[in-house]
Amino acid sequence: MELLYASCVGVLISCGMFLLLRARTFPVVLGLTMISYAVNLFLFSAGRLTINKAVVLGTGTDYADPLPQALVLTAIVIGFAMTAFVVILAIRGRADLGSDHVDGHLVKSAAESKEQK
Amino acid sequence: MIQHLASLPILLPMLAAVILLLPPCGKSLHIRRIASSIMAIITFAISVLLLIHVHNTGINVYAIGNWSAPFGIVLVADMLSTLLVALTSLLGLGVILYSCAGDDAKGNFFHPLVHFLVLGVNGAFLTGDLFNVFVFFEVLLIASYSLLMHAGDKQNTRAALQYVILNLVGSSVFLIGLGILYGVLGTLNIADMAKKVSLLTGDDVYLAKAGGLLLLVVFALKSALLPLHLWLPNTYASAKPVVAALFAIMTKVGVYAMLRVYTVIFGEQAGSLEHMAQPWLWGLAIATIIVGAIGVVAAQDLRKLTANLVVVSVGTLVALVALQNINATAALLYYLVHSTLVCAALFLLADLIATQRGKAADRLVGGRMVNQPFLLGGCFIIAALTVAGMPPLSGFIGKIWILKTTLNSEQAQLFWPVYLIMSFVLLIALSRAGTSLFWERKDRKNENSDGVNAHPLQVIVIIGLLACSPLLVIFGGPISEYMLDAATQLHDISGGINAVIRGGA
Repeated sequence: MELLYASCVGVLISCGMFLLLRARTFPVVLGLTMISYAVNLFLFSAGRLTINKAVVLGTGTDYADPLPQALVLTAIVIGFAMTAFVVILAIRGRADLGSDHVDGHLVKSAAESKEQK
Repeated sequence: MIQHLASLPILLPMLAAVILLLPPCGKSLHIRRIASSIMAIITFAISVLLLIHVHNTGINVYAIGNWSAPFGIVLVADMLSTLLVALTSLLGLGVILYSCAGDDAKGNFFHPLVHFLVLGVNGAFLTGDLFNVFVFFEVLLIASYSLLMHAGDKQNTRAALQYVILNLVGSSVFLIGLGILYGVLGTLNIADMAKKVSLLTGDDVYLAKAGGLLLLVVFALKSALLPLHLWLPNTYASAKPVVAALFAIMTKVGVYAMLRVYTVIFGEQAGSLEHMAQPWLWGLAIATIIVGAIGVVAAQDLRKLTANLVVVSVGTLVALVALQNINATAALLYYLVHSTLVCAALFLLADLIATQRGKAADRLVGGRMVNQPFLLGGCFIIAALTVAGMPPLSGFIGKIWILKTTLNSEQAQLFWPVYLIMSFVLLIALSRAGTSLFWERKDRKNENSDGVNAHPLQVIVIIGLLACSPLLVIFGGPISEYMLDAATQLHDISGGINAVIRGGA
């Protein structure tokens, strides 16, 4: 289980990093979302991966660590708000700057500019 | 009432922001300004009260919801955090008063956002829980994102987009670092972590080291340390100057977090992880000073110049964090207060100069003469002398103190020449900037006087911020004693741990 879990986090992070390094805002936002999923999974695993542990006090002898779940919940809420904000900002950037490039301008390739002529 | 004092610098700005969003304030600009100023004054007064209270009675620990320390979340008001809270509230008050002259009407929700930002910064300073530091970072960041867009144009959107994406990545790294540390230590309370970190054995030591250094990456990003400083000049220069003045405190939050984490958690008592960030911090800090100074010389306008001055001040502060002794921390606090106030004043001054010079704005080229040459010129020369560290103002005291504390460290032969040469470079850049802003004119014929005079409120705020510099010198004795006490308190790690763990129970 640990191997599967760890590789899940790893794949998500690497996909997220790859998308983050793209130059357009849409893949960047997707990458950020993927990374935040990976981070949430990672935070959850900080309480150790265990099966069959009691969640509620008084129902068993072993208990699951409740704190990472609270941390994940907080991180999800904050991540959600931030993603919403960055999406709006990206749309505004598209409208203001005329392109969805993160630097705000599109480098026209030589072929493209020839076509326009 | 007095036992709840530590929570008020967080609760009051929140209350203020909510009140300002509600109908009577939300509708009328006039009422909004008055309400906002009053709330800012109350917040500042409470912060000063807390400062005095903590100074007299020692560390104040406030257990939120009365859950005791290692389990619940606590607010820790010690001399260091209350000093910074008071500084933040003062800056917030100054910015709000300044904006009442007209800047707040150029976009929506200026006043509530400023209060939210103050809430986030105060919270980050006061909290005793590392996860809460993350939460308050997010609070101040989302307020800063919106403030950055205040009265924005295209240039603004681009800078904001980059700033937001960078900080979102930073937040993810922060969470990963926290996850590792929690997995290893089983706690996120700073005092409890400091207690447990020395008990680590085997592989856990390396995991904790990885977690701690990931946090260093985040704090370096927030405070704009060298490889991660590139966002700062653009962001600060494209923000409205009044917003940039408030942002002057935000890099200091990163420096404060570094100070807390690497002095208390990974400080002297951390066993094999003792001073683990020091070798990184020292080199990066010196490089930051050099790059920042080059940025100051290369800057094309006054706002960018000031933004690069912020980078230089961050480099200086981080160099002092790396030294990890009481004297260095005391010098750091003095320099932090001085540099925050004077950088904020310079941003505001850049705004006035830009509006009075018409088309040339605050670019460092010859242009129309400002309407009030003596007033603005006088303010500029005081600010420039302060920031370059010339006697008799506070920059000089700060500089002497920094040089004195670094004298005995091994790296002094590197730090001294770099620091002195760079302050000389700053002096040259600032005199050049002043000359072209105030004396150089394109053509004398075309001088019309349609420029507006500065609003009295704006002048009062700038003079008020600048006046803190001579005050820091005049009351240098008691202030430096306070800084020394605060630094001693921070470095007394076992005392701090006992206060937090017992105080919450």
